[in-house]
Amino acid sequence: MSLITSTSPHATVKNNTGAFMRQVIYATLPGLAVLTWQFGWGSVINVLWAVIVALVSEALFLKARGRNIAFYLKDYSAVVTAVLLGLALPPTAPWWLTLIGVSFAIIVAKQLYGGLGMNPFNPAMVGYVLLLISFPVAMTQWLSPGEPLSFVQSWQLFTGQLPVDGLSGATPLDTFRTAHSAGAVSESELASHGILHGQFAGLGWEWVNLAFLLGGLYLISRKIITWHIPLGFLAGLGLPALLAWLIDPVRFADPLFQLFSGGAMLGAFFIATDPVSAATSRMGRLIYALLIGLLIWVIRSFGGYPDAVAFSVLLLNLSAPFIDYYTQPRTYGHKSSNRGVS
Amino acid sequence: MSQAQTNKTRKTRSVFARLASGIRRPASIHDFHGGIHPPEMKHLSNGTPIVPGPLPQQLVLPLNMHIGAPAKPLVAPGDKVLKGQMIAEPIGAVSAAIHAPTSGTVSAIGPRPIQHPSGMDAVCIVIDTDGEDQWVEHQGIADYTEKSPAELVDLIRHAGIAGMGGAGFPTSIKVNLGDHQRVEQLLINAVECEPYITADDRLMRERAEQIVTGIHILQYLLNPRRTLIGIEDNKPEAISAIKRACKGCDIEVRVVPTKYPSGGEKQLIQLLTGKEVASGQLPAQVGVVCQNVGTAYAIKRAVCDGEPLVSRVTTLTGDGVSQPGNYEVLLGTPVRDLLAHGNLAGLDIGRLVMGGPMMGFTLHNPGVPVVKTTNCIIAASPEELPEPPPEQPCIRCGSCAEVCPANLLPQQLYWHAKNDDLEKAQHHNLMDCIECGACAYVCPSHIPLVQYYRYAKGEVRQQAADQVKADKARQRFEARQARIEQEQAEKEARRQARLEANRKKKEAGPAAASTVDVAALKQASLDASKAYKAAVKAAKAAEAEGADNLAELKAEVDRLKAVADKAKAAVRDAKDGAPVAAAPAEDAVAKLKKQVGDASSAYKAAVKAAKAAEAEGADNVAELKAQADTLKANADALKAELREAKTNAPAAAAPVAQADPVAELKKQVGDASSAYKAAVKAARQADEDGADNAADLRAEADRLKAVADQLKADLRDAKANAPASPAPTSPSTATAEEQPDPVAALKKQVGDASLAYKAAVKAAKQADEDGADNAADLHSEVARLKAIADQLKAELRDAKAAAPPTPKAAPAATATTDSPAVSEEQAPQSLSEVDPEQAAKRQKRLKGLKTAYNMAHKQYKEAHAAYERAERNETANADELQAMQVKIDKLKAKADNARDALDALVEEAKADIRAHTGKDLKTLKLEAARAESALADKQQELEQQRSSASEDTLEALSSELQALESETQIARKALKQAVEEQGLAE
Ligand code: SF4
Ligand code: SF4
Repeated sequence: MSLITSTSPHATVKNNTGAFMRQVIYATLPGLAVLTWQFGWGSVINVLWAVIVALVSEALFLKARGRNIAFYLKDYSAVVTAVLLGLALPPTAPWWLTLIGVSFAIIVAKQLYGGLGMNPFNPAMVGYVLLLISFPVAMTQWLSPGEPLSFVQSWQLFTGQLPVDGLSGATPLDTFRTAHSAGAVSESELASHGILHGQFAGLGWEWVNLAFLLGGLYLISRKIITWHIPLGFLAGLGLPALLAWLIDPVRFADPLFQLFSGGAMLGAFFIATDPVSAATSRMGRLIYALLIGLLIWVIRSFGGYPDAVAFSVLLLNLSAPFIDYYTQPRTYGHKSSNRGVS
Repeated sequence: MSQAQTNKTRKTRSVFARLASGIRRPASIHDFHGGIHPPEMKHLSNGTPIVPGPLPQQLVLPLNMHIGAPAKPLVAPGDKVLKGQMIAEPIGAVSAAIHAPTSGTVSAIGPRPIQHPSGMDAVCIVIDTDGEDQWVEHQGIADYTEKSPAELVDLIRHAGIAGMGGAGFPTSIKVNLGDHQRVEQLLINAVECEPYITADDRLMRERAEQIVTGIHILQYLLNPRRTLIGIEDNKPEAISAIKRACKGCDIEVRVVPTKYPSGGEKQLIQLLTGKEVASGQLPAQVGVVCQNVGTAYAIKRAVCDGEPLVSRVTTLTGDGVSQPGNYEVLLGTPVRDLLAHGNLAGLDIGRLVMGGPMMGFTLHNPGVPVVKTTNCIIAASPEELPEPPPEQPCIRCGSCAEVCPANLLPQQLYWHAKNDDLEKAQHHNLMDCIECGACAYVCPSHIPLVQYYRYAKGEVRQQAADQVKADKARQRFEARQARIEQEQAEKEARRQARLEANRKKKEAGPAAASTVDVAALKQASLDASKAYKAAVKAAKAAEAEGADNLAELKAEVDRLKAVADKAKAAVRDAKDGAPVAAAPAEDAVAKLKKQVGDASSAYKAAVKAAKAAEAEGADNVAELKAQADTLKANADALKAELREAKTNAPAAAAPVAQADPVAELKKQVGDASSAYKAAVKAARQADEDGADNAADLRAEADRLKAVADQLKADLRDAKANAPASPAPTSPSTATAEEQPDPVAALKKQVGDASLAYKAAVKAAKQADEDGADNAADLHSEVARLKAIADQLKAELRDAKAAAPPTPKAAPAATATTDSPAVSEEQAPQSLSEVDPEQAAKRQKRLKGLKTAYNMAHKQYKEAHAAYERAERNETANADELQAMQVKIDKLKAKADNARDALDALVEEAKADIRAHTGKDLKTLKLEAARAESALADKQQELEQQRSSASEDTLEALSSELQALESETQIARKALKQAVEEQGLAE
C-alpha cells in the first residue's frame, strides 16, 4: 500500500485559478454583447485577436523561460488580460494597435516581472496606457453609439482597408469635455449635444455600462470578487461628482452620467478588481478603490484626458503595498491591528 | 483607520450581529470571522451505533500519548498485567498515567513507530494480549461529593485522562486551577466541526446521561458560574439527547451553526461567550475552561465506575472501509487491526489520515497505534482524497483572508514565509495562526499554506531559542565577572582579618586569642552581610528589569545570606564560647531554627516562582515544581531535625549525643548510597532512551556519589572520634581534640567539592557537545560548585592558619595578588579600525545570501523529492520527467551559485579580519584555544599543589591563574568581536 503523506488539510475546494479566471471572462460577455449592439463587430474582433496575441506571446515567453507551457496557459490569466484590453480598445482599432498593446502587456508588464502573481501593475492597463501615449489619435476614435457597423466594415477597419476618419464620432465624455473647453457655460448649450442625453446617462454608453454592472454583480454573487473594490470605486467617483454637481450643475457632470460613462463599470468590476495588483485586505481594498474613483473624477473634471480609469488604476497599483502596510485587520486576540512595515 | 474608528465599527458590527442574531439564532451565540463549509461526510459513519473494536494480538502504548512528560513504566517485559492495571505512572506535574487496555503480558518496552509528523519512533509498552480481557479489581465512587476536589484531581491524573478532543493536554491540570482563579464559564466542546468525524455525535446520542454526570463532576471541581455545551446544528439527535439528559440542571445547551472551525477552542469561546483569549494567553485567563465531551465521559467512567482510560470511541470512515462507523477501540490498537476489523474488503486506500481531514495527519505506516487523542481514522481512496494538484502562483485573490478564523492575512503570511522574511511574517501575527487549514482549503491555487506557516513558525521558535541561549551566555558571563570581583573582595577582607588577628595574637599572647578571633570574625561577618545586601539589591534591580537570570541571582542571594548568617552565628558562638562555652546544644538548636526558617522561605519562594512560571506557560514549570518539592522536603527534614535537637538539647548528656551521630550518619550513608545507585540506574536508562536529560542525570549521580563519599568519610571520622573523646563536656579537651579534626574534615570536603566540580564540568561539556537544552543549567551548577569549592578551600586555608599558631602565614602574603589587572582593551582595540558601515553592509549581504541559499537548496530538495516520487509512481511521462530534471538542475545551479557567493563573501570577511587585526581568524581561534588550555593547566596545577604547597606558592599560583583567566577572556573577546563584526557568527 503506497500511502500519500502530506500536510493538512487533506481536502481542498475543487475549483482552481483557471476556473476563477474563466468566470471573469464569462462575466464580460453581456458588456461585449452591448458593445457589439451599439458599435458593430469591432469589439468582438478586437477581443478575439487580443486573445490570440496574448496566448502566443505568453507561450513564446514561457518557452523562453523554460516553463511548462500548458500548465501556465491553463490558468487563463493571459486570456483575461487580453479580453479586458480588447474591450477597452475602441472598436475601430487596427490589428497592429492590438498587437502592440497586448504583447507589451503580456511580455513586459507580466512575464518580465516574473509571471502571474508577481506583476505590480495591472498588465491590461499598462498596455492601454502605452497605446494611449504612443497613438493618441487611434486610441480615441470611437464610433457614434447606436449606429453599428456591419461585420465587413468592422473587418475592413481592422485590416486597415477602410479609413477611420469618415466614421468616427465622439464619446459622451469627450463631448462634455470639448463643450466646456470651448466655453460652454449654459444648460441650453449642453442640451444641444444629443449624445449627452440618453435614458439616464450618456447615449448608448449607459447600456454598455449597465451590462458591465450586471456582469460584475454576477462575479460578486459567485464570490469571485468581494464588494469592497466595486463599491469603493463607485463611491469614490460618485460622491464627489454628486457634491460638485449640486454646487454647479453646468460645470460638472451629474453623478449618474459619471458612473455610466466611459470605462466606469468595466473599471469598477473588472479592472480595479485584478487581485494581483490591488491592495489585499478588505479595508485596504476599500481605500484603494475609493482613491481610484476619486482620481478618475478629478482627472475627468480637471485633467487633460476625457477618461482616466487606466491612469488611476496604475497610480493606485503603485501605492497598494503601502496601503497594505497600514490596513492589516485586527487579529483575533489582539487589541489593535499592527501598522507599518514591521 | 484610527483606533476610535475601529472600535466604532466593531461596535456597530456587534449591534448588527445582535440584531441579526435576534432574528436567526438562539440568544447569545456570537460569531467569529471567516470559517468554511466543507462537505460534511458525516453520514458515512453516524448511522450505526458504537460497537466494540477489535481485540488485537498486540497493543502498543506510547508513553507520551498526552502533552507533557512521558509517563514512567511500572512494568517490565514478561510481567503479567490485567485490564485497567496502571502500567506507567505520571511523573512531573504535566503528565498522565497509562493503563493496560486488556489483560496480557508485557512483551517489550522500546521504540515503535507512532503517529508523529516527523515519522519518528517513540518508546512504547507493548502488550501481548491473552484474550481473556480480565479486569483488575476496581471500584467506583458512589458519591463523588464526599471526596475533596484535590482527591478527585489526583484520581483523574491517575486514571490517565487527557484531552480527548485532539490536543491531549492532561485533564488534571485543566481542572486544578487553584483558588485564585475564578471560572466564569465551563464550556463543553461537543461541536465536532471537522468533516467525517462522528465519535462525539454517537457518544452523545447513546451515553448522554453519563456525559452529563461527567460534566457535573467537572462542575464540582471547577465551580463555574455557568456551564455551556456547544453543539453544531448538524447533530439534531445528539442535541435532543443531551437536552433530555440536562433537564432540570444548570447546564445550558447552545446550538451553534455548522461552520469549520467552530470547534477550535478559541473559536468556541468566542461563539459562546463573545470573549477573545488574548494572544499568547490561556483561556483560563479570561475565566473560561474548555473540556471535550469525550473527556467528560472519561471522567465519569473513572470517578463513578473506577475504570481508567483504556479505550475510546474512534470513527473509522472513508470509502476505503466497507463498514464505516464508530468503534470503541482499546488504546494501543494498531490502525492496521482496526482497518481489518472495519472489513477492509481489499479496497484501495490512497491516504490514511489520523484525525480529521482538515487538521489530521497522514499516516506513513498503518502499524501505528490508536492513542488517547485519536478521534478518527480516515481511509480514503485515491479518488476521495486525491494527491493535491500542483501548486499555482498566488493571485492574491484574498479568499484565504475571507475564511481565516484568526482574521489574519494568509496571503501575506505566505509571501513572507516563502521569502523567509520572518520579521514581516511575525508582524503579520504568524504566531496567532491556529493551523486550521481553512485558508489552504479555499485557495484556488492549491498552495499548501499551512505547510509554509509551520515551517516559518519553526524557524521563529528556533531563532527565539537561539536568542535566549545567547542572552543566557552573556548574563552568565557578567554574573561570573561580578562573582569573581566579589570573591576577590571577600578574600582580601579575610586576608586582612587574618593579618590583623595574627598581629594581635602576637601582641597579646595566647590569652587574648579568643577576643581577637571575635574581632576578626566580626569583620568577616560585616563583609558577608555587606555582600549579601549588595546581592539583594542586584536581585531587585534584575527583577525590575525582568531579567532571565533572576533565579540564579536569587540563589546567589540565598547563598550569601547563608554565608552572612554563618558568619553571624560564628561571631555569636565565639562570643558565647569565649567566656563560658557552655550551651552548644542550644546554639545548635538556634542554628537549626534559623535553617528551618530559611528553608521554608526558600520553599515558599520556589512555589511562588513555579506558580508565576505556570501562569506564563513557561516550559520549566515541571522543573520548578520539582525543585519546590525538594525544597519542601529539605525544610521538613530540617524541621524534624530541629524537633529532635530540641528534645535532645535539655538532656544534652554526652554519651547519647555521641552515640547518636554515628548511627544517624550510618543511616545517612546508607540512604545516600542507595540514592546514588538509583541515580546511576536512572542515568543509564535515560542514556538508553537517548533522553535529553541524560547528562543531567549523570551529573546528579556524580553529585550524589560525592555526597555519599563525604558522608562515609564523616562516618569514619565520627567513629574514630567516638571512643577517643569520652568527655566532650569538658571544653578544654574538646578544643584540643577537635582542633586537628576540622582541618582534616575540611580537607576532605575540599577534595569532595573539587571532585564534584570536576564531574560537573565534565557533564556540562558533554551537554554542550550534545547541544543539550540543560547546558545552561549545568553551567550554572558548575559555577555554584566552583564557588563552594573555592569557599571550602578558603575555609581550609583559614582553618590551617588558625589552627596552630603558625608564624609563617601572615608575612608571607606577598604582593603578587595585584597583578591580574591586565588591560582588557589591548586586544580589541586593533579591531576598532574596521569600517563599520562596510561590515554592516556585508552582514546584510551575508544574511541575504544565506536565506537565498537556504531557499534554493530547499526548493532543490523538494523538486528532487517530487521527481523521485513521480518516477516511482510512474505518474509522469518521460517529457514531464525531463522537464522536472531540468528544473532540478536549474535549482541546484541556483543553490550552488548562492553558496559560492556566500563562500566568497565569507572569505572576503576573513581577509578583512586579517587586514585589521594582523591575524587571521584561525590565529585568533588558536590563540583563544591556547589561552584556555593554559588556564586549565594552571587550574590543575593549583589543584594539585593545594594540599601540599605552602601558602605562598598557592597565592602566587592563584594570581597567575587570574592573569591567565583574564588573558583567556581577552582572547575570547577578540575572537568574538572579530567574528561578530564581520557577520560571520557561525
Ligand atoms: S487563496 Fe491562495 S491564491 Fe488566493 S490569496 Fe490566498 S494564497 Fe493567494
Ligand atoms: S491556517 Fe492559520 S492562516 Fe490559515 S485560516 Fe487557519 S488560522 Fe488562518
